[in-house]
Amino acid sequence: MFANHKYIAFETILVKEVRRFTRIWLQTLVPPAITIGLYYLIFGNLIGRRIGEMGGYPYIDFIVPGLIMMAVIQNAYANVSSSFFSNKFQRCVEEILVSPVPNYIILLGFVAGGMVRGLLVGVIVTLMSFVFTSLSIEHVWLTILVVLLTAMVFSLAGFINALFANTFDDISIIPTFVLTPLIYLGGVFYSIELLPAVGQWVSAMNPVLYMVNTFRYGILGSSDVNIYWALFMLVLFSAVLFAVALILLRRGTGLRH
Amino acid sequence: MSHADSQNAISIRNLRKTYANGHVALKGIDLDVKENDFFALLGPNGAGKSTIIGIISTLVNASDGTIKIFGKDAASHVYEAKQSLGVVPQEINFSQFEKVADIVMTQAGYYGLKGSLARERTEKYLKKLDLWDKRDNRSRMLSGGMKRRLMIARALVHEPRLLILDEPTAGVDIELRRSMWEFLQEINRNGTTIILTTHYLEEAESLCRNIAIIDHGQIVENTSMRALLGKLAMQTLVFDTVNEVSTAPQFNDPEVRCQWLDSHSFEVSMSTDRDINALFAAFNEQNVLIKSMRNKTNRLEELFLSRLKGQQTAS
Repeated sequence: MFANHKYIAFETILVKEVRRFTRIWLQTLVPPAITIGLYYLIFGNLIGRRIGEMGGYPYIDFIVPGLIMMAVIQNAYANVSSSFFSNKFQRCVEEILVSPVPNYIILLGFVAGGMVRGLLVGVIVTLMSFVFTSLSIEHVWLTILVVLLTAMVFSLAGFINALFANTFDDISIIPTFVLTPLIYLGGVFYSIELLPAVGQWVSAMNPVLYMVNTFRYGILGSSDVNIYWALFMLVLFSAVLFAVALILLRRGTGLRH
Repeated sequence: MSHADSQNAISIRNLRKTYANGHVALKGIDLDVKENDFFALLGPNGAGKSTIIGIISTLVNASDGTIKIFGKDAASHVYEAKQSLGVVPQEINFSQFEKVADIVMTQAGYYGLKGSLARERTEKYLKKLDLWDKRDNRSRMLSGGMKRRLMIARALVHEPRLLILDEPTAGVDIELRRSMWEFLQEINRNGTTIILTTHYLEEAESLCRNIAIIDHGQIVENTSMRALLGKLAMQTLVFDTVNEVSTAPQFNDPEVRCQWLDSHSFEVSMSTDRDINALFAAFNEQNVLIKSMRNKTNRLEELFLSRLKGQQTAS
């Protein structure tokens, strides 16, 4: 397939994905805005005033980066897992599989769709945070890089989940039993310095901790983890998940009999 | 690439498929379909037709064997093979939430067609298949026949040289089926090779020049439609009369059987190599005036069943 044909195919998948989640904006864009808005109001504003400072910052300022990242992670993941599984369920994934679109373009198209939704929700909840606090971004490029890499990692994870899924239950199990605990225990609401040594050691194995803290470093300028190590981990996760997804696509896992 | 391969739209050799549950769907299929042919692939449910189409369209992994599309190995020349191929599957497989035109446009995008060309082709094929007025409708709002036509428009948007249709007229009313036949004949005349699987044997007889019958994962017949129909030994003709008849006409020939149906019709069963003029001579002698005559049996259906029966007896 020629390079310009590949680009047209990629653009087609991306436009279709964006058209899908914007068509159902009441299900895709509004709920995270309401949920995160309530977190800002209850935990950040009402309870946060009594907590005082966390990691040297007012509690609302501390949790805003984590909550933005939570929205990005959940929406990037949900977009790809639900969209690709729906394509499998309705069998319209066959439209792409019979066409000459290479596997890596299929993967990039769906992942880009997930990233766009993650970033769009991220922008919405960032704008909402200005109602509750006035944050300035300390390291703009680092912040953008981290949010892009995080959205990519979870879009890839959502894609792999959808490949293996046979029922709609299968695409809700991982977010409920794996993703949510990782996010809540990934330093969104607290600094891991509050944990005992064992708790800090266990937290160090949670990839979300690195994403949240690097993003928080980009905005506030402070982090619980080494930024370079965190960036390396993000790139590594992206590369490994991309390779795994490609191998599964080539084998036809969940797609071809 | 041999000369024979270059003349074939598709060449299948020793194609085998065993599913993960142990079911052997294909037991070594060899099949050639010539370029520009209108080819019928017939067989009962579960015979392996859809598995063959699934493997050709890469939706099913073959256990063994090779497929060449216009002389190019489909496994090593994936892009060329897929670019040459359009597939209309048996089951509806487009998004029920997308608009009709978006479904065709999106498919054009998968084949790398630029926006203007994609729009032009979408309009062309939606108009040809009488769906242009429905272009802004959500696909779930279409009738069953319209959904099938949409899948044909979608399969043609990149103008493939080989079109494979897996029971395209299933559940489609007679009028619509006839118009789809005319459309398929038109694109075949314009150079598109067509492979058709169908349960409507009349459809295969009307449209296709060559035919293969598959049963239990094996090709049991592969010949021209004319040669296949030529093997049919018996035919039954129904005669409508001008005057009233109270009994069936009598014939001296014991191999010609005649049965009275009602006061103005009767049927005659006889060998296909018999002279029909002899019948009319007998009718004249018995003062039976014929108004019209038609062939009662679906000839291909009769043959199809006899072939399958023969196959089962042999196995």
